[in-house]
Amino acid sequence: MAIGAVVGYRRSAAGDWHRWAVRHTPAANVLAKSGVLTVDFGSTYTKVALIDMDESKLAGTAMAPTTVSTDITIGLAEAMAQLESRVDLSAFEIKHRLACSSAAGGLRMVAIGLVPDLTVEAARRAALGAGAKVVGSYGYELTAEDAAEIRSKNPDIILLTGGTDGGNKDVILKNATTLASSGVNAPVVVAGNRVVASKVRDILASAGLGVRVTENVMPEFGVLHIEPVRETIRQVFMERIVVAKGLAKAEEFAGGIVMPTPAAVLKAAELLARGTRSQPGLGDIIVVDVGGATTDVHSIAKGDPTKPGVMLRGLPEPYAKRTVEGDLGVRVSALALVEAVGPDKVVSLLGRETVMEIAGRLGCTPASPEPGGGEGAAEVDDGEAAALAALAIGKRLSEETERVPETPSERELDTVLAMLACREAVLRHVGVLETVYTPFGATYVQRGKDLSAVPVVIGTGGVIVRNESAWRILTEAVAENEAELTLRPRNPGLAVDRDYILSAAGLLAQVDADTALKVMRTSLEWVQRPDPAVSWRASAGR
Amino acid sequence: MSDVKTVVIGVIGADVHAVGNKIMERILRDAGFKVVNVGVMASQDEFVHAAIETDASAIIVSSLYGHGELDCRGLREKCIEAGIGNILLYVGGNIVVGKQDFEEVKQRFLNMGFNRVYPPGTQVDEAIEDLRNDLGITATDRK
Repeated sequence: MAIGAVVGYRRSAAGDWHRWAVRHTPAANVLAKSGVLTVDFGSTYTKVALIDMDESKLAGTAMAPTTVSTDITIGLAEAMAQLESRVDLSAFEIKHRLACSSAAGGLRMVAIGLVPDLTVEAARRAALGAGAKVVGSYGYELTAEDAAEIRSKNPDIILLTGGTDGGNKDVILKNATTLASSGVNAPVVVAGNRVVASKVRDILASAGLGVRVTENVMPEFGVLHIEPVRETIRQVFMERIVVAKGLAKAEEFAGGIVMPTPAAVLKAAELLARGTRSQPGLGDIIVVDVGGATTDVHSIAKGDPTKPGVMLRGLPEPYAKRTVEGDLGVRVSALALVEAVGPDKVVSLLGRETVMEIAGRLGCTPASPEPGGGEGAAEVDDGEAAALAALAIGKRLSEETERVPETPSERELDTVLAMLACREAVLRHVGVLETVYTPFGATYVQRGKDLSAVPVVIGTGGVIVRNESAWRILTEAVAENEAELTLRPRNPGLAVDRDYILSAAGLLAQVDADTALKVMRTSLEWVQRPDPAVSWRASAGR
Repeated sequence: MSDVKTVVIGVIGADVHAVGNKIMERILRDAGFKVVNVGVMASQDEFVHAAIETDASAIIVSSLYGHGELDCRGLREKCIEAGIGNILLYVGGNIVVGKQDFEEVKQRFLNMGFNRVYPPGTQVDEAIEDLRNDLGITATDRK
């Protein structure tokens, strides 16, 4: 025991000395610290971050509006100028520049499979896991109308799957033929029945389409194999999409655009959960990213049943799962959000007076009933008027997407919208328990992931990271009571990504996972402490 | 790829009898079939969907809790609707309640579109023999 301790001490001392020697060896730029610069070309903002690799901490961040319609480097230069005003860039030797992008509509994909519950769903999950926005998904044989629709959607990548290995081969062959003659010109990633994969490639290639064949997304019935598909999508994104989207110019400034932003966030979440060889992770986590247009939920957890005797049904779930809700957001999707959850929810959380006050200020008070008007008009009571006002506010926000809240009540409105988006998105992400009555009594059937025991929920996205009452938003991700049949976390710690650096950390993880994890750890601010027994578990990194 | 036939098996309805299901999977696999097991508490859709995706030659439905007749009704029609109308459908177990005349029961299930109907206590080997005959697998094809 004692000897072991001494040996361990010596080894670490030698390591320290070695590091010291490397740092202090005379070189061209002796004083420069090494840094990594990350750029996130968002749909509205371009965010830059400089990470001090010597101290393993964030040196500074800055952002400026994204300028994708003119020249994307203008916004980047603006962000860099801001960063320079905060950090002495000359003190750094930039070792790596890495960028991710969700600008120009993000990565838009169409997923094609055979059976909707099986390969179509598997293809959707693989595309989502690669950070894509799934703009359409199709099952069975594509009709001419389907093909025309796919063409009009103008996706960046088409994912073509269908059939287990050795299973159905007719449908994927027919679908390849239909795609080949449809006039679409997006690259196609083929991840279907391997028996016909090369035939499928030939059919598509002969029509001049870019084709990349990878492993079957569902090699066996009920087996989800999405990792190779995700990786292939990422490669195609790097090689082709960046050029196609006019982002090539940005590459010169920002280094390679290596992945779509949501993929970087998912990567960061995975790292945070698993840890590295030398640092423990958090264990299972959920990351909620409330944005203006969408709300993304990432869960890094197996999601096996926590209750005894529960029957698991449906497609197996990926350990790192991402879902995207296109109708839940606080700006572009504000109206869709209010409609999805119901305007009454907004009114009850915000209060009738506040709703009317905000509607008045935004100039979108619904037409009030005329004095002495007809019977119908008189029936609009206060509650209904407030609900209509909430809808009108949602509509106004979805038009004025750049609006920054000006008053406390408007800030409260944003918080309330984010609460509703968080709640709804998490409810859609988690699995459910269903009671089934059999001749032997009641049994539970679980579909989706059981996330009830997940110990940590992390919030990110503009509306959360700058919000003083972020805990109220994140609390919406938590189960209301023990009897709840939706499998939301019961008693998690809640944390906020205060420096808004999850995507930057996901990028940094490409070159240095340890530093990326350290930077994330210091940026996390607990708004509700996790159970001490479950946080940063030593075992989680294994 | 050799011409291995794929068979979908499972226990239909709200039936949780898992043991026989596992034994069948094992025996069928040993007999040289590719087995796709949709497990217990499987719905008709799950059988049909699995058969489409894996290009299966037969579906073998087990039912042990007496509700087999209700659960199996319409399965053939669903297969026809899904474009796999010619697939072989077998059913076995305690497929009805009480002591009914098996010949009568068998006829009811044949009328529902099943190709083979087995009474309680049938050995899996018997179904395998039938499967080979129905699929035209000759002795030389066997491993």
